[in-house]
Amino acid sequence: MTTFTLASSEPGLWKQIFNFDSYGELLSLLHNSVIAGAVLGIIGGLISVFVMMRDLPFAVHGISELSFAGAAGALLIGVNVVVGAVTGSLLAAVVIGALGVRARERNSIIGVLMPFGLGLGVLFLSLYKGRSANKFGLLTGQIVAIDTPQLSWLIAIGLVVSASLFLMWRPLRFASLDPEVAAARGVPVRLLSPIFMLVLGLAIAASVQVVGALLVLSIVCTPAAAAMRVTASPRVTVALSVAFATVAMVGGTLLALGSSIPISPYVTTISFAFYVVCRLIGSRRGWRRSTGRAAEEIAEPVPEAAVPAHHP
Amino acid sequence: MTATSGSDSVLAVRSASLTLANHTLWSGLDLDVQGGEFLAVLGANGSGKTTLLRAVLGLQPLTRGSITVCGRPAERGSDLIGYVPQERRLAPPAPLRAADLVEMGLDGHRLGPGWFGGRQRRQRVAEILAAVGASELANVPVANLSGGEQQRVRIAQALATEPRLLLCDEPLLSLDPRHQREVVRLIDDRRRTERTAVLFVTHEINPVLPYVDRVLYLADGRFQIGSVDEVMTSQSLSTLYGARIEVLRIDGRIVVVGVPDHADELDSADDSYATAESAS
Repeated sequence: MTTFTLASSEPGLWKQIFNFDSYGELLSLLHNSVIAGAVLGIIGGLISVFVMMRDLPFAVHGISELSFAGAAGALLIGVNVVVGAVTGSLLAAVVIGALGVRARERNSIIGVLMPFGLGLGVLFLSLYKGRSANKFGLLTGQIVAIDTPQLSWLIAIGLVVSASLFLMWRPLRFASLDPEVAAARGVPVRLLSPIFMLVLGLAIAASVQVVGALLVLSIVCTPAAAAMRVTASPRVTVALSVAFATVAMVGGTLLALGSSIPISPYVTTISFAFYVVCRLIGSRRGWRRSTGRAAEEIAEPVPEAAVPAHHP
Repeated sequence: MTATSGSDSVLAVRSASLTLANHTLWSGLDLDVQGGEFLAVLGANGSGKTTLLRAVLGLQPLTRGSITVCGRPAERGSDLIGYVPQERRLAPPAPLRAADLVEMGLDGHRLGPGWFGGRQRRQRVAEILAAVGASELANVPVANLSGGEQQRVRIAQALATEPRLLLCDEPLLSLDPRHQREVVRLIDDRRRTERTAVLFVTHEINPVLPYVDRVLYLADGRFQIGSVDEVMTSQSLSTLYGARIEVLRIDGRIVVVGVPDHADELDSADDSYATAESAS
């Protein structure tokens, strides 16, 4: 009897994870989700480059829990979930941006905020008497629930985030990577920090809707982290990061459509796979060693004779 | 050289005072730096050397007085000024090559992604890197540059806007003597060929001794300006610190003995360097 149960349950498990029955119909019904995935992939890929450069992955996690609390609160009192998610996100971004200027302070503030946000969210969800799929979805992502108004919100947020990033691209990059010289060149380094936190808050609020609060990092951190393993070119980093995030989001959505499982495991797995592959390629090429001193043995020292002038 | 600033005056500081948190860093500071002049700024930690650079950059308002660069009041982001920071390791995952660092010095402060007009910019960056003998480093990730290479690229970055004034904040710190000589020679070469004025903040005068025209020595809210022979004497520094200081000359090097410890307390991070150097 035992063997029989095992045999029958195994294809069942597989079928639960990958199911492409009547896929065409599903796709036409759920095309909103695919578009949403593409939008999130683009903004996630863009913003993750700055999340990595500014060393903010933990802040992303903290903001997403507050965003979750906001969304859960909105669900409870019956207002638009997007508005709730954005409110929670921006509040967290403002608090982290204002109180956590130095990295160490920032991490402790996030460590304090994060469980509070999560607890608040759990409270709101426990009080909420509606569909339980909505509840679970905020934490682990959902695919079915994306209706047209929600998609319009996503696209609007996506436009605001991308436009802001494009506008402040160079000064923000300068301030993130080389703050001392950036300040000397007149870049308003201190002002850019809270502005970026707000933009990040918006991007996270958008992502929480689809991938869920717990897994936002897979599209707002992993893509750029993977890209930076294989290239040091700023432009290639951005291109790869956007490509990775978009493939993970759209691919994850397409795989999730037919199954009864939330979208997030698909997205996170694809995203993680990109990272593993990039790490392997990166370590094979031998650059990006953890010491950062690799060049001393490889590059030839500049002879002193090369110093004198060759000015025009 | 006194306040008779000719047409070649690059930096003019007039009765400048700066008080931060009830601590006067310097007051009544008058300083003129001509094109092509190499001015070393010396003093213990916390004596306001870096703050002086910040004031020239327009990042630190003065309590009193004025600073002008090429006749214009000091302002943020002036193309007339190039800035060379300490050698500091950038975070390893930074997606940045040497050429990108120079590019940021050129137009990194401008709005927009700057993904267009790339050819002209790359051409310019290549020229700047070639001028400091760092062409072969263009595509090396910044995290993989050695300390000396990084400072070479830093000088290229600072020269990107063809500045009239080069501000250097301890650019030799943590470099070995050979790389120190290379970096100083690069700066010296620039001020001779392009008549760029140089304000060189340093703990330690010896690596720059052959190039220095004048010294500005800051200590305990007071200062001394003059040639090396005028300022770096036992008498002059003893008066400045109000304590007995011995200045010795050994093998063409200057060794200062007896600088009061309390002046170093404000920033203990670099103490080891200061002690090692003054003991040598």
